[in-house]
Amino acid sequence: MTNSASTFVNIGERTNVTGSARFRRLITEGDYATAVSVARQQVENGAQIIDVNMDEGLLDSVEAMTVFLRMIAGEPDVARVPVMIDSSKWEVIEAVLKNVQGKAIVNSISLKEGEAPFLEQARKCLAYGAAVVVMAFDETGQAETAQRKFEICQRAYNLLVETVGFPPEDIIFDPNIFAVATGIEEHDDYAVAFIEATKRIRAELPGCHVSGGLSNISFSFRGNEPVRRAMHSVFLYHAVKAGMDMGIVNAGQLDIYDDIEDELRELVEDVILNRRSDSTERLLAAAERYRGQGKGAELTKDMSWREGDVRERLKHALVHGINEFIVEDTEEARQSVERPLHVIEGTLMCGMNVVGDLFGDGKMFLPQVVKSARVMKQAVAHLIPFMEEEKAAAGEEVRSAGKVIMATVKGDVHDIGKNIVGVVLQCNGYEVVDLGVMVPAEVILETAKREKADIIGLSGLITPSLDEMVFVAAEMERQNIDIPLLIGGATTSPAHTAVKIDPVIDVAPVVHVLDASRAVGVVSKLLSDDRDSYAAGVKEELGKIRERRLAARASKKRLPIEAARAKGWDCDWSAYTPPAPKSPGVQHFDIPLAELVNYIDWTPFFFTWELKGTYPSILDDPKRGEAARSLFNDAQAMLKQIVAENWLSPRGVCGFWPAQRDGDDAVLFADEERSIEKARFFGLRQQAAKDSDNPHVSQFDFLAPEGTPDWLGGFAVTAGDNPEIVERFEREQDDYNSILFKALADRLAEAAAEWLHAKVRREYWGYAPDEAFSNQELIAEAYDGIRPAAGYPSQPDHSEKRTLFQLLEARERVGMDLTNSFAMTPASSVSGLYLSHPDSHYFAVGRIQRDQVEDYAERKGWTVEDAERALAPVLDYVAGAKIEAA
Amino acid sequence: MTRLDRIQALNALAEDRILILDGAMGTQIQELKLDEDGYRGVRFADWGQPVKGNNDLLNLTAPDAVKAIHTAYFEAGADIVETNTFSATTIAQADYGLEDLATEIAAEGARLAREAADEMAEKTGTPRAVAGAIGPTNKTLSISPDVNDPGYRDVDFDAVHQAYLEQARAMAPYIDLLLVETVFDTLNAKAAIKALIDLAEETGEHIPVMISGTITDRSGRTLSGQTAEAFWYSVRHAKPWAIGLNCALGAEELRPYLAEISRVADTKVIAYPNAGLPNDMGEYDEEPHETAGHLGEWASSGLVNILGGCCGTTPAHIRAIAGAAKSAKPRNPVRRERAMRLSGLEPFELTA
Repeated sequence: MTNSASTFVNIGERTNVTGSARFRRLITEGDYATAVSVARQQVENGAQIIDVNMDEGLLDSVEAMTVFLRMIAGEPDVARVPVMIDSSKWEVIEAVLKNVQGKAIVNSISLKEGEAPFLEQARKCLAYGAAVVVMAFDETGQAETAQRKFEICQRAYNLLVETVGFPPEDIIFDPNIFAVATGIEEHDDYAVAFIEATKRIRAELPGCHVSGGLSNISFSFRGNEPVRRAMHSVFLYHAVKAGMDMGIVNAGQLDIYDDIEDELRELVEDVILNRRSDSTERLLAAAERYRGQGKGAELTKDMSWREGDVRERLKHALVHGINEFIVEDTEEARQSVERPLHVIEGTLMCGMNVVGDLFGDGKMFLPQVVKSARVMKQAVAHLIPFMEEEKAAAGEEVRSAGKVIMATVKGDVHDIGKNIVGVVLQCNGYEVVDLGVMVPAEVILETAKREKADIIGLSGLITPSLDEMVFVAAEMERQNIDIPLLIGGATTSPAHTAVKIDPVIDVAPVVHVLDASRAVGVVSKLLSDDRDSYAAGVKEELGKIRERRLAARASKKRLPIEAARAKGWDCDWSAYTPPAPKSPGVQHFDIPLAELVNYIDWTPFFFTWELKGTYPSILDDPKRGEAARSLFNDAQAMLKQIVAENWLSPRGVCGFWPAQRDGDDAVLFADEERSIEKARFFGLRQQAAKDSDNPHVSQFDFLAPEGTPDWLGGFAVTAGDNPEIVERFEREQDDYNSILFKALADRLAEAAAEWLHAKVRREYWGYAPDEAFSNQELIAEAYDGIRPAAGYPSQPDHSEKRTLFQLLEARERVGMDLTNSFAMTPASSVSGLYLSHPDSHYFAVGRIQRDQVEDYAERKGWTVEDAERALAPVLDYVAGAKIEAA
Repeated sequence: MTRLDRIQALNALAEDRILILDGAMGTQIQELKLDEDGYRGVRFADWGQPVKGNNDLLNLTAPDAVKAIHTAYFEAGADIVETNTFSATTIAQADYGLEDLATEIAAEGARLAREAADEMAEKTGTPRAVAGAIGPTNKTLSISPDVNDPGYRDVDFDAVHQAYLEQARAMAPYIDLLLVETVFDTLNAKAAIKALIDLAEETGEHIPVMISGTITDRSGRTLSGQTAEAFWYSVRHAKPWAIGLNCALGAEELRPYLAEISRVADTKVIAYPNAGLPNDMGEYDEEPHETAGHLGEWASSGLVNILGGCCGTTPAHIRAIAGAAKSAKPRNPVRRERAMRLSGLEPFELTA
């Protein structure tokens, strides 16, 4: 997993002989096995890094550190987190660096002994591969004021970054947390100095981090744990806001900021922020009242929260991570509601939402959240047998409503939300396979395939999980795993799903699930009979979100059209001779129906019937196979009839003209000398900025410019139509056969386009006379040359069809025509251009900017409004007022 | 032509296409079917212990055969060959009692590869590069050889560092790059990195380094327990010319871990898997076109910059791989958000 954070990193401090008497005893007694278990506990309790310190006069620190770190190297549940090597002696640090395979943090080095040793130690940290904590300490001593703290850190930063070449992101400053409220007036400003210095360091020394040892701040209140805990919490609350992003913290010595008694918090805040001259006296005076509210006093407090109603008690238990009464409270709650599920969906979820909010506001920290999650799990565990009993009593069949694979993605450990969703789904009769946390994509996908899952649910809390989810989706696309994908978790959003995830996956729908309460609804819809229309609706909605986002961010990531043109696709035209058509001019044919049958691409046929899957494997699909086979048999039978009884009369027209590229357009000539312009096709160019050197393609880039004779082809084919047959089916109320006939006609039109294109390549243009591809290869476009159609991604402007139809004399020759919105008649028709260059390929123009639209309008002799209307689906900006109003 | 010239040429080439590394040395040496005497040659005829299997010793006893293998790989399309020095350290050679000859073996191995590369460059007019191979040694710094004493090690960092320093110093005059490879224990690799940094300081000359880890099984971890991403963060301070994975797995099994590296590495990515997984007889029988099929897909998916082969691959494999990767665009190194990236066995990240 990538343990990842962007707010505050909690460094475990119990493996420190100076901070823990128990740990010191274990080490001095040589009980390393138990000492390792201390480290394990810390990691289990949420420490993201463990600080190891063996600075103790009676110990051989080098030996103790070496043995301890070698021991934990063999403990995967401890060694998974990085180590902070904590010593005031450089020789100890260097010895330890030779015993950690991971990238550790050195704590610490400083300018205490001048620049030379500082630089040497920093260089060694770099050579061993470690990040480094730098104390705000120089030749004259430890910095106490904000100004000095900052100046020393700035000096160290410049030396590290400029002289040593140390990566700024691997520098952690410790601007010294000193005790406040000591009674010495000069100490009153120590906390403020730390907070102010932290602000400046984070703002002015880019990339670096700020850390500190928290417990120092409350040193003067030793023995008064309630006051110390309050001081830690208040200090951390302000320091983290100022930019402290790491800290050595004992989670047991922290209160929840909002939980501190108002009076105490006020007094402590006065001290920490040095808000009044008498703040120390006031806190000291009040401190006695809190002293002893340790373990004993806490029981009294416990009793008071026990007095609330059961909902309040459960919430309190969750927020404070108290599991002592959780079973009895959960049981009481269960008896007070109709169904056990209601306890989860109601009280418990409500409590966890409070935890989530406090965590989000920086008022709770990870270890506390982990405790809350445990309480939650215990409560749910108590409820599960009742829910199963309920199911059995209701006589519900064991058969599950569907199988859902759930996982927290690789790099993330947060599973509260995912577990809740899992439980809620199980309660509703779904079988849930929970893969746990930190699950790599390949495990998720392999399991999904093996278990024949109906749904995959991904969860994650932290930002990098978002990228991992994109990766999982892309892998599904690559491996053609067409299982609906649910996205959930705190940082996920409809926008991220729309902009980042949805575009990388076409094989399966992606649905963002806002919270557990919606999971059942989404899953049931995805598994219902109209799943495809639901999925289509979701996809459309994501598309709209994406459009809004892109419109809002217009022009940011796009090249001006001139710049895009400069980066167009090009080739060495002088080294390439375009093939001349063997049969120039326009010609038309009747196409023998029987020949088309073998050119049919069946996959889209099944799509039409909302049977998603690739032909022929769809026929063996465990779920849809039966329906697919039955449909396919009917289709074959009707196809035979169509051919035998000539229900359709496929025909087509094609033509080839001398042509050359002119900017983004193609000029067609009436003569081979290319002197008389006959017509012009217009092109659009990709403007989206590209990370790589990939060209910004426009479709006529594949046509030779002036000087190299080249030709452009065009075609229109139709399967024909047969109103009589359609009418007959409709009269008989036979929707099935009516749709079947139309669907087959569409397939035959596509087959006719494929048939004609093959003929063109072999004979009429004749640049591939010996070509012999199977239908599979044709479907996979294995051949040279393309046939882009207007209204498709390479040229989204449908109006280009008008020029084509005129050139082809389509109406006169084969009875094909265009409606006002450029739809072709008969309905089952296909048209497009032919480009012959072997490197020509299909592409999507993508979104375009106003500059290109204006230029395009001028070339076509349109108004900009006309162009914007024609190109509305690909505009990268919000078009003029008219469209906005509409 | 100097090393700098060749590196520049290599860098320029790497902009245009996937670079090709050679295939297995050991597999080709096996084909020679040498017996004990064959390994000994004249010079070690009376050596006091068996040396059969010490492939690196052939640099001294059968130099022509070693050079011919390099030439065969160049002819198959390799841009870079690895020196026959995988075990040319005092630590590894101690198994044969040859620790005193480790530096000579390393230097000769580097010289032979240089000769082969220069002859090929002269013949074709295209510069060819030599990567000095630095293996993991047969000792491990992170794992105790004694199950009852997890704190015990039979070698320490300074010894491994010293062995690597001597090996690299011996090879330095002849090589263009270094390749710290088959890293199953990252701490060994960190000792090598430290040695290379120290060598650069000693000579004032920086030799670009490639680092290649080994994921030992489908757990996705190195032998010492790190994930691929954690491994990268542990060695990234070497500022390697390329980072990647080799050995232990075939291409099919290696892909997810390579993809993991490819997603996070802000430098070139190198990969050279075995020719599949070994069969019951411990032999590799994946055909060249099969290996090339997988690697060609990696290339076209933009996962890699440098491709080659490890155990079981032959010049035929390399020829097929070069063909499959020929028209693919090299991967662009990722640019990542600034963050402190640490590692234990698993990666850790704190954004700036």
